[in-house]
Amino acid sequence: MANAAVLVDLDPARRRRVVASAVHARTLRGCAVMLCVFAYLAYAWGTFDVSGLIADARPQRAVLLAVDSVAHKVHVTRSLRTGGDTISVEGERTATFRSPPDWIERTDAGLVVDLGDGHAAVIEDRTVRLTVPGYGTVSAEASGDGVVTVLPHPGPPPGWLRATPAKFDARPTLGRRVQVSRARIEVHRFFFGWENFFFPFDSELNRYSAGELVSLAASGPRLREDTANWRYIFRTFWTNPDWQHGAVFTALLETLLMAVLGTGTAAIVAMPLAILAARGFAPSLTLRFLIRRLFDMLRGIDMLIWSLIFIRSFGLGPLTGTLAIAFTDTGTLGKLFSEALENIDRKQVEGVTSTGARKLQVYRFGIVPQILPIFVSQVLYYLESNTRSATVIGALGAGGIGLLLVETMRTSRDWENTLYIIILTVVLVIAMDSLSGAVRRRLIHGRPTPPGEQAVRQQGPPAS
Amino acid sequence: MMQVAGPALDLSRSERRRTLYSGVLVLVLATLLAAGYGQANDMNSGGFVQGLAKFLDYPAEIALEAWTARGEFAGLLLRFLPALLETLNIAAVATILGGICATALAFLGTAGLGVHPVLVPLARRLMDVMRAFPELIIALFLIFVLGTSPVPAMIAVGFHTAGALGKQFSEVNENVDRRAVEGLQACGASWLQRMRFAVLPQVLPNHLSYFMLRFEINLRASAILGFVGAGGIGSELRRTIGWGKGAGDETAALFVLLILSIFVIDQASSWLRGRITGAGQVS
Repeated sequence: MANAAVLVDLDPARRRRVVASAVHARTLRGCAVMLCVFAYLAYAWGTFDVSGLIADARPQRAVLLAVDSVAHKVHVTRSLRTGGDTISVEGERTATFRSPPDWIERTDAGLVVDLGDGHAAVIEDRTVRLTVPGYGTVSAEASGDGVVTVLPHPGPPPGWLRATPAKFDARPTLGRRVQVSRARIEVHRFFFGWENFFFPFDSELNRYSAGELVSLAASGPRLREDTANWRYIFRTFWTNPDWQHGAVFTALLETLLMAVLGTGTAAIVAMPLAILAARGFAPSLTLRFLIRRLFDMLRGIDMLIWSLIFIRSFGLGPLTGTLAIAFTDTGTLGKLFSEALENIDRKQVEGVTSTGARKLQVYRFGIVPQILPIFVSQVLYYLESNTRSATVIGALGAGGIGLLLVETMRTSRDWENTLYIIILTVVLVIAMDSLSGAVRRRLIHGRPTPPGEQAVRQQGPPAS
Repeated sequence: MMQVAGPALDLSRSERRRTLYSGVLVLVLATLLAAGYGQANDMNSGGFVQGLAKFLDYPAEIALEAWTARGEFAGLLLRFLPALLETLNIAAVATILGGICATALAFLGTAGLGVHPVLVPLARRLMDVMRAFPELIIALFLIFVLGTSPVPAMIAVGFHTAGALGKQFSEVNENVDRRAVEGLQACGASWLQRMRFAVLPQVLPNHLSYFMLRFEINLRASAILGFVGAGGIGSELRRTIGWGKGAGDETAALFVLLILSIFVIDQASSWLRGRITGAGQVS
């Protein structure tokens, strides 16, 4: 204010100087803050050992993972102990081919595996010969005292080949791999897509096209004597052992259940408590103080700690996650509710009171219409954010999709399953996000808000 | 008479209908909650009733162990300070880097600031997706590629922060008073000068306030991600809890550290936010 007065009084040249020096000082301060931030980031780079991490990172692991999550491989395995050959999808016993597919030829001497694009692997007795276009034919023999590798050219082996006496491992391209150990010879060929996504490998249902399945489900002769076709088709899909659609959806439902129940409980418990904690509503100051501290405590003991405590007493499952969310958010929502109550417009209350309304009517017509949209909007906001939290709590051990994800990743066998779970989780969270956003906008304005207009920001608590 | 009675009758009828609707809604919600609890209870490995009796056992157990070891408790707190520092660092770096990305995204996602109109909806959708992506998934994936380290958690939290803060920032940007921009334009200010002297001073307080709030949220998120293998206080907790009985004093120390730091940052950020934006503006 003082500055403004000075600005009016001074002559233009001095005025400019005053402004310029103020701007200069502010720019300097801004630069100092930025320098501090950069210094801190440099320190973090050091403590997190980012350089070491980059050096140790295994980007090829990410590439393999990406390939494996959108492709499936067929294993051609020769066991050197029993001498038997098996051809199966992902090496699963339940997905074994009875007759070899057309890219594998059984000859008198052994197996000829066409790996596509001129690559081929020939398995004869205890030897595999891998032909790579542009390089030549490598052969590896599993003898009694190790794997003997014979390269077509003298010199060091190429980068895609690792040959030791214990193991021969060649991966000329991402989609082709040959491994030889003392116990077995294994040839992998990758194919794009998720295999057996709908029905198990050996199910008769794989023979039908989508249209045929629909008409089979609607009518047509029964495939099984005891059940209707649609039920049989659904059950086969639901219990598919490779993908476990049933288990995945149950887990997804558990996560959603945790979020909805936890947020709902928190809202219901927080509402009366918030009235007791709001200035102008609280019956006694002591009670108000105590309840505010209770909110602080519930919020301050983090969801992480609540989950750990509840896992101990209630075991694993959605109930545990529900209670952890409910406890933390009773604190958060209680605080937000009581603040909303304190900020209501007194004029409406006075207006209703002046008509001679009873106390209950004052609440009903003076207060509730003001705070209800705010309450509901905040609850919806937390419902969305808790859907995300529920996945993490699940991973701590509460169950649901989070735990399933951690377990699938830990076994790190079939990354396509992991990708499947990730996609479903992200879809669930995004669906909850848009649902809650749409309802909130409708609730506050009675119509969808066009972008750029004042949205629910005033009430929307900025939370994760 | 009719002119008065008509609306009054309409009002009371619509009022009654609304009351009925609310009643039905509350009933449906209550039924859903009850059914949900029944379902959750069935799915849980431990039951609700037995659990309720044991609810205080665990806190009491670790409190007791902490009390028995009260002589060394201060030492324990000191011993876990580096772990807490690591979690704080994860949260801080994630908030800063996420905040920088959020500023850029929010700028791109605001119409009328001189950004090409094609970019605006693109930036918004990008922020929506970044916000919705669960941190857990990114963290687990990066842990697999980079190994156990704080960096995966940092990136995961920062990714989410960029989307969440970006949305809040762009909402602030949209409410900028255009008159200041126009005034500067009228005196021939360049685009950069308009942004620097007309937009930035208006949005900075709100941006800072959201930034502080996000830091507190990110501290909690970093602690949780530590538990799934990203280092910091979360992994220490995982270790001590995995030991079961006997490590109760260490668990208690970690709990105390985490609760204290959340409390301090919560209070500090709400005090700072109150100062920046003026009291009562931000909850």
